[in-house]
Amino acid sequence: MHIDWASFTPWTALSGGALIGLSASLFVVLNGRVAGISGLLGSLLQRGGDGRDEKALFLLGLLAAPLLWGLFDTLPEVEFQTGGIGLTLAGLLVGLGTRYGSGCTSGHGVCGIARLSPRSLVATLAFMASGFATVFVLRHLWGG
Amino acid sequence: MRRLTALLAGLLFGIGLLLAGMSNPAKVLGFLDLAGAWDPSLALVMAGAIAVALLPFSWAKRRQRSLLDVPMQLPQKRELDGRLIGGSLLFGIGWGIAGICPGPALTLLLGGYWQSLLFVLALLGGMGLFSALERRRAR
Repeated sequence: MHIDWASFTPWTALSGGALIGLSASLFVVLNGRVAGISGLLGSLLQRGGDGRDEKALFLLGLLAAPLLWGLFDTLPEVEFQTGGIGLTLAGLLVGLGTRYGSGCTSGHGVCGIARLSPRSLVATLAFMASGFATVFVLRHLWGG
Repeated sequence: MRRLTALLAGLLFGIGLLLAGMSNPAKVLGFLDLAGAWDPSLALVMAGAIAVALLPFSWAKRRQRSLLDVPMQLPQKRELDGRLIGGSLLFGIGWGIAGICPGPALTLLLGGYWQSLLFVLALLGGMGLFSALERRRAR
């Protein structure tokens, strides 16, 4: 392992993270809900459940964020490194896995760990480990 | 009021993702590539988010109702089972293939990239598959 100092962006990472934490805090303190994106999306796909309007509006805010950003500044760079087949497979696995695992990076990784949930800590360790392993296989075993 | 705060929280979350670099799949994959040229930035995104959210969540855990007077809806499950671990492992594989998790998938959606549209359709398909499998199991 060697650190890619040229790509390392500690201050925007920390401040972006702080905004994410602030958003999750507002949502739980005011709306009483966990800001887990896969959970909000999944519950809107199913019938019933309360607070559908709040869940939909949170996701709408997420969708609209780049439009708001674009009013003030050029949007950050976006570079996809995966082709169509890979993206399809990845999307299916992310959709299926986050529903079985009851959460993703936001619900488990941020909100769950912040409320000291053992389930979320285990889930976060699991998806981090398989994320690291997958990139290792694809970049250094298969691709290398 | 609850609708307004939900919308504002969503906007803030999206701005945070954009600022942090989470909306760039190449940067996310640079973080997941421990054996290559490793970019540790995203560890700081998580650390920053957790540090800010720690006290508000510990407050929320002790409350029955939120400040806007709705019941607190925190997850009640406790068990560490195969569904939690297996599902999270599958999610990590998908995350490692494309470098996109559900939040950034949505902030990328209106950017006009065919890749994000395809990813979100597949993501919704995966969630639909979960619901179909659950319905079959319930029968």
